[in-house]
Amino acid sequence: MSDEKLKKTEKDWKDNKYEKTVNRFGERKDEFKSDSGRTVKPLYTPLDLEDIDYEENINYPGKYPFTRGVYPTMYRSKFWTMRQYAGFGNAKETNQRFRYLLDQGQTGLSVAFDLPTQIGYDSDHPLARGEVGKVGVAIDTLADMEVLFDQIPLEEVSTSMTINSPASILLAMYMVVAEKQGVSPDKLAGTIQNDILKEYIARGTYIFPPEPSLRIITDIFEYCSKEMPRWNTISISGYHIREAGSDAVQELAFTIADGIEYVQAAVDIGMDVDQFAPRLSFFFNAQMDLFEEVAKFRAGRRLWAEVMEERFDAKKDKSKMLRFHTQTAGSALTAQQPMNNIMRVTLQALSAVLGGTQSLHTNSYDEALGLPTEDSVKIALRTQQILAHETGSADTIDPMAGSYYVESLTDKFVKEAKEYIDKIDDLGGMAKAIENGFVQREIQESAYQIQKKVENKEKVVVGVNEFTEQESKKAKNLLKVDPEVEKHQIDGLKMIKEKRNDKKVDQALQKVRDAAESEGKNLMYPIIEAVKEYATIGEISDVLRDKFGEYEAKYI
Amino acid sequence: MEKKIKVLIAKPGLDGHDRGAKVIARGLKEAGMEVVYTGLRQTPEQIVRSAVQEDVDVIGLSILSGAHTYLFPEIMKRLKESNRDDIAVIAGGIIPEDDHKELKDLGIKAVFQPGTPISEIVDFIENEVN
Repeated sequence: MSDEKLKKTEKDWKDNKYEKTVNRFGERKDEFKSDSGRTVKPLYTPLDLEDIDYEENINYPGKYPFTRGVYPTMYRSKFWTMRQYAGFGNAKETNQRFRYLLDQGQTGLSVAFDLPTQIGYDSDHPLARGEVGKVGVAIDTLADMEVLFDQIPLEEVSTSMTINSPASILLAMYMVVAEKQGVSPDKLAGTIQNDILKEYIARGTYIFPPEPSLRIITDIFEYCSKEMPRWNTISISGYHIREAGSDAVQELAFTIADGIEYVQAAVDIGMDVDQFAPRLSFFFNAQMDLFEEVAKFRAGRRLWAEVMEERFDAKKDKSKMLRFHTQTAGSALTAQQPMNNIMRVTLQALSAVLGGTQSLHTNSYDEALGLPTEDSVKIALRTQQILAHETGSADTIDPMAGSYYVESLTDKFVKEAKEYIDKIDDLGGMAKAIENGFVQREIQESAYQIQKKVENKEKVVVGVNEFTEQESKKAKNLLKVDPEVEKHQIDGLKMIKEKRNDKKVDQALQKVRDAAESEGKNLMYPIIEAVKEYATIGEISDVLRDKFGEYEAKYI
Repeated sequence: MEKKIKVLIAKPGLDGHDRGAKVIARGLKEAGMEVVYTGLRQTPEQIVRSAVQEDVDVIGLSILSGAHTYLFPEIMKRLKESNRDDIAVIAGGIIPEDDHKELKDLGIKAVFQPGTPISEIVDFIENEVN
């Protein structure tokens, strides 16, 4: 049908059918808005796709700009990796949880570290008090990592580590543990988060200022491109930006803008873009608005491909592919009527699968109340298995393509995110935009608007502002971290310090210092040597703090 | 003119989640209170010092890391030592219900769960202070 004819028939439908019915019966609301506040029309038709060219903007899976997926077969060859984020207490307990999850059919590991580890403090540091083993596992030295991966074949599993400022130290430890298992670095598969920019924006586990932080990151890019070709050197994360309160488009735009900053930093030190770009990976949030989320994932792939080709002149297809992990939204979990969260997680996970994610973490229903139990984690994993095996959503590639609504949203998201990126370019790039507070202000404003919408019931949250119950059932048997963990961890650290060769530790730390002082040297090599001597995370971080200084956040 | 209620919103410990803290800070401001936000990574000493210096009526502690079992008693102890246990302390974040009683025994006036409307917190503070 020609567009002209379609315009006529659509107008005819609108005037004679739709408007008439609205006039008679009305609609539920005066205006329908998506989760991110964008107006939703009553109907989408082929007319909404007028500006979209199938081959140029969508194309086939595995073909630029990869809107339909990065691989030609997607889940028909292999399901996404089911990767539950876990870690608590000491290395031994977490090792047991990992082995339990692998026994239950999980296909990859994801390590949660405690906050002292993430901020480069040893467990006996005064600021670590009360925090050891709480939000993740406590790691002080190589000895802890040896226990963490005991009897887990590192040649077979892929491991993701949520570690940013001290990423190089944890990566070094992982490599050395693998080496002791007889697995060489080139065989290791996994990811380090290593995304400092979103720490300044949203997550808060920064140590050093932006400039030396970017240097540590590009050192990792360079090291891995030579020694660990299967390792994802960074996971550029929108997840935490969304959790901090951004909307879907901001999540997309700020994540891609962070990516641009990292690629630029590596290009600036003379790296060839096709040498490191294939190992960049991404991490997104799956929130409640099913269609917006699917569109966001599809738009992300297209946007990154266009950025890599147009801005950085990447040649390899792999350099242009946005591969990503997804986690369902922690902020969407409610403390009220917590079992409802199982349904929320299911729908969020569905959006990630329909959006073509490479790996997925599904949250446990009790996480607004405390640490998840083994049982609730199991339900979360089973949710993924049900999606994979029972729903058919993994059997054809990109099943939402061609939906007038989803395609038009995808295209709109690409365009709106580009406008944000232009604005960030005008501010001098993402590091500058963070420094001047632009990004944080945008997110805070959005977070506050969301809260207001919940309070005036413009946004209904079941069990929270509608369908509430007086006495919601309390979650039973929440997992508790043994209060003795901190003491045991500190005792263990003391023992290691007594056993190791202090002279060798000092020499190794001196080499880290030397490398930190000379721009041309890659920090990874001396860090690996220091780790082998059982230097602690705190000791190595302190050497770098001494040289690089510490970041001070400004509050807006 | 009636004196404005003054609130310190504080993030004790190493926890970096401050969406809730910032949203509450703004909500209380819009409800007519004077609000000071400490920023991240505050030690119990720093929080009590700020509260005393700023001469606040209320401290709102936000924590999602689980370290409240150590940090909150430290803060309450130091407030007492500074003879400022007249300052009302409230808390929010991810704080398991099992811990609520213990925290209230320490003198913490209320523990708010995720999903609490700001208006409820405003009402609570106004009642507590007046």
